[in-house]
Amino acid sequence: MNKHILSIKNLNVAFNLRGQRLHAIRDVYLDVAPGESLAIVGESGSGKSVLCKSLIGLLDANGTIESGEILYNGRDLTRLKNEKEWLSIRGREIAMVMQDPMTSLNPLMTVGRQIAEAVGLHQGKTGPQARQAAVEYLADVGIDEPERRFKQYPHEFSGGMRQRVVIAIAIACRPKILICDEPTTALDVTVQAQILRLIKDMKAKYGLTTIYVTHDLGVVANVADRIAVMYAGDFVETGLCDEIFYDPRHPYTWALLSSLPQLGVKGHDLYTIEGTPPNLFQPVRGDAFAPRSHYALNIDFEERPPCFAVSETHMARTWLMDPQAPEIQPPEHIRSLRERRVKL
Amino acid sequence: MTGEAAPLLEIRNLVVEFGRRGKKTRAVDNVSFIVNKGETFGIVGESGSGKTTIGRSIIRLNPTAGGDIIYKGKRINGRLSTAEDKQLTREIQMIFQDPMSSLNERAKVDYLVGEGLYNSGMQKEERRKLVMQSLRDVGLRTEFAGRFPHEFSGGQRQRIGIARCMVMQPELIVADEPISALDVSIRAQVLNLMSRLQRERGLTYIFISHDLSVMRFICDRIACLHKGVMVELADTETLYQNPVHPYTKALLSAIPEPDPDREKNKTLLTYNGNSRGYSIDKLLWSEIEPGHFVNGTAEELAGWVKESPPPSLRA
Repeated sequence: MNKHILSIKNLNVAFNLRGQRLHAIRDVYLDVAPGESLAIVGESGSGKSVLCKSLIGLLDANGTIESGEILYNGRDLTRLKNEKEWLSIRGREIAMVMQDPMTSLNPLMTVGRQIAEAVGLHQGKTGPQARQAAVEYLADVGIDEPERRFKQYPHEFSGGMRQRVVIAIAIACRPKILICDEPTTALDVTVQAQILRLIKDMKAKYGLTTIYVTHDLGVVANVADRIAVMYAGDFVETGLCDEIFYDPRHPYTWALLSSLPQLGVKGHDLYTIEGTPPNLFQPVRGDAFAPRSHYALNIDFEERPPCFAVSETHMARTWLMDPQAPEIQPPEHIRSLRERRVKL
Repeated sequence: MTGEAAPLLEIRNLVVEFGRRGKKTRAVDNVSFIVNKGETFGIVGESGSGKTTIGRSIIRLNPTAGGDIIYKGKRINGRLSTAEDKQLTREIQMIFQDPMSSLNERAKVDYLVGEGLYNSGMQKEERRKLVMQSLRDVGLRTEFAGRFPHEFSGGQRQRIGIARCMVMQPELIVADEPISALDVSIRAQVLNLMSRLQRERGLTYIFISHDLSVMRFICDRIACLHKGVMVELADTETLYQNPVHPYTKALLSAIPEPDPDREKNKTLLTYNGNSRGYSIDKLLWSEIEPGHFVNGTAEELAGWVKESPPPSLRA
């Protein structure tokens, strides 16, 4: 019965902004299997952070879940009424590592106390016991001299070290799911690689399910088992890591993979996605990406495409997959990716 | 670059220090390089490596503690006449990292872009013309002149930052992480804009970034910085295909690649510079092949070159 640890069904989230309704998440379906590593990819403003915040009840005050279900081990999180009920989920079951380690720690409290606080709240340990546990967590996330570091304040730590502390706090809550919202965008490449490895180690050690939210496809390629591509508040394509990278089907995924600076040839312009994302104050008609797509069919402007299954694990929401759709040659880069897949 | 033209900018043994006596931090230690006219020179390094400090010294925001910065044959770090100062301010401009915080929230675009012209004794009409031209150049509409920065997206704000710099008609632009605060899809647009302007106006860029994947696409030559010391300098392709210094290798191995197969099977290299006995041997900045410089002790250099010999030195 419990094949999925987390199951999002038909979720709609909207914000009230100056009297207008902004429809940030539109009819989203997503299943997360226990132990997997899922990456949610999209531009800023596509709704990926909003989706994650709705999972732990941290939507801004003007945001509401309009309809749909978030089933965590069979329990519907959208029915939780108050802070007290949320506290049984937030941290304890689903923990989150935020983007910027510079702002997510309390600057007035020693690092050790911040970890011990989480240990106290979630494991019921107090005093020296909590302190001991906190020191162990510090060592666990790869901080040298944990005893001395315990007594230091966040400003005495570098960015990478602070992110390690944030991870230690999240782990100390003993969650089942760890959501990492852009865990490395504020960090250097070398530190980024270390932090990603640390999260992977922690995942293996504590048997976590991880959800990454990022726009960096390099990071995604490193960490993800499965990828969900988000555009304008909806998943346009989901699939296993290899399926998305080597055999993408949605024009938006094509565009995203083609616009990477890594692919640039000196002296030529990089590929860019023209236009801007749709205005979510107005209802979106058809495929949200159609106005920016070179491959849009007439029906893309009229009717919302259903999910077409490419394989058991791979689905794409585009009319191009319809049996009646004309045969379309994807851009050159995508074709070369397919060839690469055949070779592997 | 053809011929032996004099470099546009030459930096010789630059030293920058912060802090008071007794508690000094050497942010930039004995760095030398040249930048030719029309090229894009990249500086990479981790945060704290001093790359921004070098950029800021070039536009004369940081005082230097030693060495020379020579622009068009004239030393520019140190005392300058008012006329020289004005000229340099116009010719050397900077694009800043974070478009969200580098623009004055209370000023309109019109003022933001034209601010640099106010002190040049220019008539209002002429200034307005230049501002409009500059906005058009970077792909913004002239109606935007009356708006405030908060009305724009990140990519548009960075365009304003570029317009603000272009209105001065500079020759050398120091771009300090101009795209790292931007979204993937917008990065490509800003990079295309920068390379178009370079082609049209023969600009010279010093491009500072920690993102090596982007650097490969834009830079002609790249210098790699580690804790204030320049460890390697070479043509972009040489550096990527044949890094010699272990730190450069470590940095390159950390680049995330958008390819799951390569990404999941890669090995990360690490580099620990502290284990070296700097006090015993002197560091040499030596040219191991034409245009390819590496920093290390004589012994280290011999070992590294043996380990990964540059193609031109292979038997």
